[in-house]
Amino acid sequence: MKLLDSLRIMLGAAPVRPTAYTEAAAAIHEAKRRVKGAERARAIKATHSETRKNTWRNRRWAVLIAVNLLFVVSYRFDVQLVEGALTASRVIGFHFADLNSALQVMLAFKHVLVNLVIGTGTVLFLWWLFGGRSFCSWVCPYHLLAELAEKIHLKLAAKRLVVDYPLHRGTRTVLYLVFAALAAISGFTVYESISPTGILSRALIYGPGLALIWVGALLAYEVLFIRRMWCRYICPVGLTYGIVGAVSPVQVTYNLENCLHEGDCRKVCLVPHVLECTKKSYAADVDLPIGADCTRCGLCVDACPTGSLRFRVKGLDKLL
Amino acid sequence: MTEPRPAPPPLLPNQKLRRQILRSVAMGTAVVGASLLGFFPVLRKWIPRLRPPGALAEHEFLAACIKCGQCVQVCPVKAIHLGDIDEGYGLGVPHIVARNQACDFSCDVVQCVLACPTGALSHTLNRKEDVHMGLARLARPEACLARQGVGFKGQARGPAYKGIHRYVEVDRWKPIRVADHPYDLPLCDLCVRECPIKDAIALAPLSADPADKRRTPVVTSACVGCGMCEMICPAEPAAIVVDIRRQRGNAS
Repeated sequence: MKLLDSLRIMLGAAPVRPTAYTEAAAAIHEAKRRVKGAERARAIKATHSETRKNTWRNRRWAVLIAVNLLFVVSYRFDVQLVEGALTASRVIGFHFADLNSALQVMLAFKHVLVNLVIGTGTVLFLWWLFGGRSFCSWVCPYHLLAELAEKIHLKLAAKRLVVDYPLHRGTRTVLYLVFAALAAISGFTVYESISPTGILSRALIYGPGLALIWVGALLAYEVLFIRRMWCRYICPVGLTYGIVGAVSPVQVTYNLENCLHEGDCRKVCLVPHVLECTKKSYAADVDLPIGADCTRCGLCVDACPTGSLRFRVKGLDKLL
Repeated sequence: MTEPRPAPPPLLPNQKLRRQILRSVAMGTAVVGASLLGFFPVLRKWIPRLRPPGALAEHEFLAACIKCGQCVQVCPVKAIHLGDIDEGYGLGVPHIVARNQACDFSCDVVQCVLACPTGALSHTLNRKEDVHMGLARLARPEACLARQGVGFKGQARGPAYKGIHRYVEVDRWKPIRVADHPYDLPLCDLCVRECPIKDAIALAPLSADPADKRRTPVVTSACVGCGMCEMICPAEPAAIVVDIRRQRGNAS
């Protein structure tokens, strides 16, 4: 049931406040209710006086840049460690294929291709292991540019120069089906022609082209009108990996006990609906894994003043 | 003093949702619309492309190619390039510009085919003789040096030409610049001399007179359309060109 809810929310449903709580969670909620407003405000202020960390963000950016550079260096210096681009590659000879690209190819071409099945198998395993949408925040080059665009958007929004016009999150689900149908009907990999992930990856490896104008236009639109439009509301690649990571062992988990419910995590999150449980009285249990749509970017882990949000590898803590 | 305008009433939750959904529909339509623009270049064939060895028929090729460029990476003469967004669904799909750098099968077995993860470059191909990229055609007979009975001396494409070619007699394993390999030929036979396929092209006498030096290139059905003749032809623009195959066995 938990998993189904998490998938439903990822596909566009609004998260709801739980009706039943575990005993331990109910006790914590009750204790928090008794703390008076002024005391709570002081507690929040005190914890926030510490300097803001960027630990996970820096690690993540380092990995993202390193992975993309590995493709570039591998080709430029003919090292042959990683051949190809993010859509499909050979990593020390092993086939890797981006799940969404492979799906588009198979729908358009209408053949099951052995290499692609092998390639998607390795990628499926890899991203199940590392948490599905962690592809987005730890590898996708568009994610990095969109993060920078988001910073500009937020600066301009603070000066009231721009306003975010959010879309409905169900848009991505509809577009996923539309692009799958278009590939099957037209026999062309329609989505690939506008995919900023593929365009940027190829531009890095094989040199820039006109297609970068499209990516630039998307980024400009995100700065001016819709915060993180592509990653939040459109990209089918993200949804594919979200489904893969729904049952992944790598998760960000929430602990209710010390949470001040001030909401700093939701302000930095790409997919704030997964952090709904951090709202006051929204956590049904004391320890909660957060939803499938989470990109494991770690911004909330950095932002949390009380350490209530953490990375966790399922099973590993039992092993140690 | 003008009356201050009253602030608009705050939106009701369902009004807000309605606007959000309208925005989403508009934006979704715009994105799908943008993706459909790719049909124009493909259906109007406004940029005809010579595809690498083993490529499936054009429509299937565009469908099966996963746009990763692994073929680009293995080509020893760097003949393969990826399409840009002006090619619509050909974005990221490989092609060869024969005049700049043709495929001369320097790799011996078709490496690009082996590199292709999807079989868009068909894996059934393992001999260069079975390639069907196109068919060579003498497009400008008046420019052909052999037809004028003239020889050729110097660099085939001038000193600035960057293209490379494997000359087996120079180095079996390493292609060198065409500009570094000057010729001195009593009668120009570059297209025949550098053709990597046996019996694909030959020079035939233009008249029955044995004193007549003039010859004409004759392309046979063994031609695979690699474009080596187009690349090496010293006439500017090339006298011999490759017609792109659209379907197997129906070039030109």
